[in-house]
Amino acid sequence: MKRIVDATGLACPLPVIETRKALKAMSEGELKVVVDNIVSLQNLEKMAKQMGLVHTLETIHDTKHTITITVGETTGEVVASKAEPTCDETRSRSTVVVLSSEAMGSGDAELGRVLMKSFIYALTELDRLPDKILLYNSGVKLSVHGSDSIGDLQKLAGRGVEILNCGTCLDFYDLTAQLGVGSVTNMYEIVQSQMEAGTIIQP
Amino acid sequence: MLSKLPRIKDPNFLVGFDHSDDAAVYRLTDDLAIVQTLDFFPPMVDDPYIFGQVAAANALSDVYAMGAVPKTALNIVCFPEKMDLDVLSQVLQGGSEKVMEAGAVLAGGHSIDDVDVKYGLSVTGIIDPKRIYTNVGCKPGDVLILTKPLGVGIVCTADRVGEASPEAMEQAIKSMTTLNKYAAEVVQSFPVHACTDVTGFGFLGHLHEMLGAGSQAVIYSKQIPYIPEALEYAEEFLITGAAQRNRNFLENYVEIEPQVPFGIEELLFDPQTSGGLLVSVPGELGEQVLAALGKLGLPCGIVGEVTSGGEREIVVR
Repeated sequence: MKRIVDATGLACPLPVIETRKALKAMSEGELKVVVDNIVSLQNLEKMAKQMGLVHTLETIHDTKHTITITVGETTGEVVASKAEPTCDETRSRSTVVVLSSEAMGSGDAELGRVLMKSFIYALTELDRLPDKILLYNSGVKLSVHGSDSIGDLQKLAGRGVEILNCGTCLDFYDLTAQLGVGSVTNMYEIVQSQMEAGTIIQP
Repeated sequence: MLSKLPRIKDPNFLVGFDHSDDAAVYRLTDDLAIVQTLDFFPPMVDDPYIFGQVAAANALSDVYAMGAVPKTALNIVCFPEKMDLDVLSQVLQGGSEKVMEAGAVLAGGHSIDDVDVKYGLSVTGIIDPKRIYTNVGCKPGDVLILTKPLGVGIVCTADRVGEASPEAMEQAIKSMTTLNKYAAEVVQSFPVHACTDVTGFGFLGHLHEMLGAGSQAVIYSKQIPYIPEALEYAEEFLITGAAQRNRNFLENYVEIEPQVPFGIEELLFDPQTSGGLLVSVPGELGEQVLAALGKLGLPCGIVGEVTSGGEREIVVR
């Protein structure tokens, strides 16, 4: 079965979107896509490569290029491991990490602090990061300048993790001016974030 | 293209297009120079009020990237005669609010009839000529800091074809409408070796300009701040022609190590609208600068360091 997508006159990302749609509808066979510029062709080539599909390129003239993609036959080097299927249900519900103390677990305080430091470091190494980190009570001491975990928390913030610190707690410990990462929040948001969470992790 | 134009020789003309810099700087006295910029473009969001804000934040950004303070601004408007004028008034409203937030005066402007809407501003600012940030001047040992997340181009592209989530769009809009004023104020108290804003050439394109001839950089792909959904969209191939053009242009300068995910690569080439500042500061001050920037509430990060002696100008790890 040979199918054709004529994407001439379409601007990126439309040629890629139309091609992706056509590929999804095919279980095997060849798909030929016609585009009118080299950049669209290069984008289609990138997609075929990422999906590990066998493909051939042809330039007919300046404003006519084609790529033929074979479905049901892979190059053997699927690069698309990143695009693994995800479960939408878990994705739509957020993961919230709650740090309610500067120490992890109960027992020796010094040990608790060491554990907490390595817990936060381990978060930075996760493939899928949490959506939010809530810090309250002595937990806020982790996000001030000079804390052992400030660098890791900043790294997480830099990668899109929302870091929320309890304002009342910062005031209580007189640390508001030393806050080094994330924003200040209130009880309403602390409650709301946990109500809406799909997963809550509290070390 | 600009290289074909005659070069202007005037000792007071301090910064111009010979270093693909963000604005023109002209010295008036020993401690006062004016900075002039101009930028306008077609809408990338549906809401005219937000488009106005984004266009103004983007135009003002060039002034902040030089370390200057904006003082006056003029509107540039292309608008179809037959279109609802209320749309235009919302665009201008958004623009004027951002100019006001910048502490500058909107002094008028010029509009013409056109088939499509385009909007932007010409902004004039002032600066002490001894304190200009140019976009060349990185030194080995510097760290590179990016003050806004990448991915707004990809998210807006996904939105145009109806595939962006409202949350992703909200983050993109928050980033695009945030003035670089705040980041510029933070970095001002540190010795800045070079600074630029990340816009149409994408992160790697602007980094390439900043490195000029001689400097090199290593970029840590795991530390790039980005809008999380932008990565998903890139991996679903919601990719742009402009990013591919940036990739083609930079082919000989950039080496991307094989373990870097495809989606991150696309983010690094993705053209940004009203993107963040890319700042080069001495390595030992990196954490301090980042901590101060972290308070502004946008994802930011130490994204790499300036090196010397490597084979490629930019290596992404």
